[in-house]
Amino acid sequence: MTSSTAPDTANDGPMLAADGRTLKSSLNRALRRSKLRALMLIAPLLIFVLLTFIAPIADMLFRSVENQIVSDTLPRTTQALADWDAGGDALPEDSTYRELYRDIFLAKERKLHTRLGSRLNYELTGVSSLFRKSGRKVEDMGEVYQDQFEDLDGFWKQGENWNALMGDADWLAAQNAWDDKSDTAQPQFVASGAVSTLLPLTAEMFTLYADFVQNEDEDNLAKEDPWALIYSALHQDLTSGAGVASYAGPGAAELQAAAAAAGDFETVVFREAFEDVDEDWGSLDVWQTLKVYSPNFTSGYFLNSIDMQKTIDGPEMRDDNEQIYLKLFMRTLFMSLVITGSCILLGYPVGYMLANLPAKTANLLMILVLLPFWTSLLVRTSAWKVMLQQQGVVNDTLVWLGVVADDSRLALINNQTGTIIAMTHILLPFMILPLYSVMKTIPPSYTRAAKSLGATNWTAFWRVYFPQSVPGIGAGSILVFILSIGYYITPEIVGGTTGTFISNRIAYHISSSLNWGLAAALGAILLAVVLGLYWAYDRIVGIDNVKLGG
Amino acid sequence: MKLAKTLMASTALTVAAGMVAADGHMANEMTIVSWGGAYSNSQQQAYHNPYMEKTGVTIINDESSAEAVAKLRAMNEAGNVTWDVVDVVAADAIRLCDEGLAMEIDADEQLAAAPDGTPASEDFGDLLVSDCFIPQIVYSTTFGYRTDMVGDTPPTSVCAVFDTEAYPGKRALEKRPINNMEWALLCDGVAKDDVYDVLETEEGQQQALDKLATIKDDVIWWSAGADTPQLLADGEVVMGSTYNGRLFSVIEEQKQPVAMLWDAQVFDLDGWIIPTGLSDERKARALDYIMFATDTQRLADQAKYISYGPARASSAPLVGQHADLGIDMAPHMPTDPENAKNTFLYNYEFWADYRDDIDAKFQAWLAQ
Repeated sequence: MTSSTAPDTANDGPMLAADGRTLKSSLNRALRRSKLRALMLIAPLLIFVLLTFIAPIADMLFRSVENQIVSDTLPRTTQALADWDAGGDALPEDSTYRELYRDIFLAKERKLHTRLGSRLNYELTGVSSLFRKSGRKVEDMGEVYQDQFEDLDGFWKQGENWNALMGDADWLAAQNAWDDKSDTAQPQFVASGAVSTLLPLTAEMFTLYADFVQNEDEDNLAKEDPWALIYSALHQDLTSGAGVASYAGPGAAELQAAAAAAGDFETVVFREAFEDVDEDWGSLDVWQTLKVYSPNFTSGYFLNSIDMQKTIDGPEMRDDNEQIYLKLFMRTLFMSLVITGSCILLGYPVGYMLANLPAKTANLLMILVLLPFWTSLLVRTSAWKVMLQQQGVVNDTLVWLGVVADDSRLALINNQTGTIIAMTHILLPFMILPLYSVMKTIPPSYTRAAKSLGATNWTAFWRVYFPQSVPGIGAGSILVFILSIGYYITPEIVGGTTGTFISNRIAYHISSSLNWGLAAALGAILLAVVLGLYWAYDRIVGIDNVKLGG
Repeated sequence: MKLAKTLMASTALTVAAGMVAADGHMANEMTIVSWGGAYSNSQQQAYHNPYMEKTGVTIINDESSAEAVAKLRAMNEAGNVTWDVVDVVAADAIRLCDEGLAMEIDADEQLAAAPDGTPASEDFGDLLVSDCFIPQIVYSTTFGYRTDMVGDTPPTSVCAVFDTEAYPGKRALEKRPINNMEWALLCDGVAKDDVYDVLETEEGQQQALDKLATIKDDVIWWSAGADTPQLLADGEVVMGSTYNGRLFSVIEEQKQPVAMLWDAQVFDLDGWIIPTGLSDERKARALDYIMFATDTQRLADQAKYISYGPARASSAPLVGQHADLGIDMAPHMPTDPENAKNTFLYNYEFWADYRDDIDAKFQAWLAQ
């Protein structure tokens, strides 16, 4: 790098554009601008597709692993269960049942416990009524404490005494001054700092209670009496050695008296209380299910959708008499292939005829092909029902012709045959149209040339014409196959028991059992299978080899 | 520029139209969801028309009851509930209540008392199966048979369904375990009072499926209430289960050679719920409608158009004649003493717990 090489560097260096920037960056800028402009043009459509198509699908698929409902509804219990040895024979400790009491009490006030019950009932039969029943009884469970505090001193009966004890002095003044007939907002409860350190659990429960009264029920906190839940928390705080002697705030005398008496209070063994409500609370199954489904995300739905179940010892196959989904997946794929095959068989000659007839006749025939498109899907499917049933048109004709005996009429519907016939008919246009548009572009001169060179009709068709029509078959097959994999109305109506698809179960779980997690997992698997097949198709046939025309 | 102007104009129009629609909804319209067909028609005649005349409210009908639970859940998640009153079966009402999607109702405060002053909670009695549910009708799922296909000895017992020797031919059963499992056990020698105790056990469930397996090849499984009437009318099946109102219309309106087999009919309830998440104004209107539509006279009026029994005890004596056919409706009610000699009441609690489990087994059994 000496000065003598300086003139060369100008030539070797980056090329400059007219404005003095390097050509590369100038080109990049121009490209970026045009890309941006292109993006702006498609932006409305892109945003539309993202918002109305991709986002809902992603949200729905996400439900297949989502499981926050358990830890959201029972936060304390799931935390307590983290240390429990679920593989052993012992039930959780009584303290876990006490946390369960708090969680269910709070969930019951918010009416969330039954929702969790329905969720867990998908995994263990009977949890639904277990939670409903527990919700009804949970208010009575801790009442022993409330009664004893109230018997000790009438002070504990009054909501205003509680507010004075638990609340911050400034907040209390504002609350008492607040007029609940006025339009101003209720002063939000603020816990007193001293009591929060002295009675942490009571303060926590009271804050939850105050928040519920003020924000969910929108009642005047000054006029409400606290929940039974708070009394049991106070008892726990007092018996675990809270140093109330040094406390000098409002209600100090009553609190100290209560602390002295609390040790002799009758206590509730929550485990027994829960077992009194329903003996299922004493069964390991319930607790193991709770523990298995404690995490925020679960593989349970996916395991369910391949006939397995999530247990405390890991995934296990379900019993033979509960296995159904794998069978339905295989059946869906197999029948979709059969339907695609029969569409090719029936559609190819029609496409050929349409492409090679004079335009006038071809147009007329084209209308016949399109006609079913203009008829409602349900009407077409129901028409097949009338045609194919045992007292239907087809069977009547066959009997009249003497082909089958009157007492052995063919079963053409409510089985696989019915589904295949009806769906082949419904999906046929999706095969004919791509075939037709590809065949239309094959010059007839090629076949003529082959024949003039000595090929037989068959050779000319098979070696010259057919290979050129393969892209049409490819496009039609992909369309028909993917459409039929997701069909459910037609199989539901004509499929009986052996002709239904996996989509019928998905529909059932979406609209009847409300098990959207399982439906999402089944849908995700179906999507993955379709994408996998598409990928395989691309590798074997090549996606370039698919044409919808031209 | 022209394009931009057109775009702006059409946007403005759309927004304006949207606001008008939204306003309309707020002002004096309510959307009532029901099942469609003859059933919706009976509600239109008995409830909607008189209510619209009385109050000037416009009622918009939506026939989505079959998917009501799923749709309400979706609406609730989206925070935009567009329905005001929804007609659902009791089992769905219980689920909606469990999920917090339906409002709790205080029967004595929010429903009309009987004419003699009996409070609503007593008038409806045991039929108030959920805090959110306002019963409207009692219907039953029962069997109908072709009178011309059963020979000289028409069936009198539900067990004829399982007797393919005496009554050859196909049967139509609903493609779900509910009701079928009960009938199977009943005809397999289980006493009526023990049916649900047996069905709670794995062995009992297998016993019911085994009994159903004896006729599996002879069954056409239906999923829409209209299937069985069609199959009966076409002679595809010799007998089939469906809702009693559907059979009434096959027998009395279409005059088909079909008769009712009331034995072991399963009572079920259908009624209203009000979704949660309505504005105060819409909630007030929905409650006002419910108060009107479930009073004693209105429930009795509905029986003029369809053969379902009114849910109030006080309505029963007021049931009259069919509006078009002019026949007495009382003998066609599932609750008529002559028809109700041997009945089941849908066991809501049992099926809420066991539905998922037994359905999985039932579907796996069907697919075998």
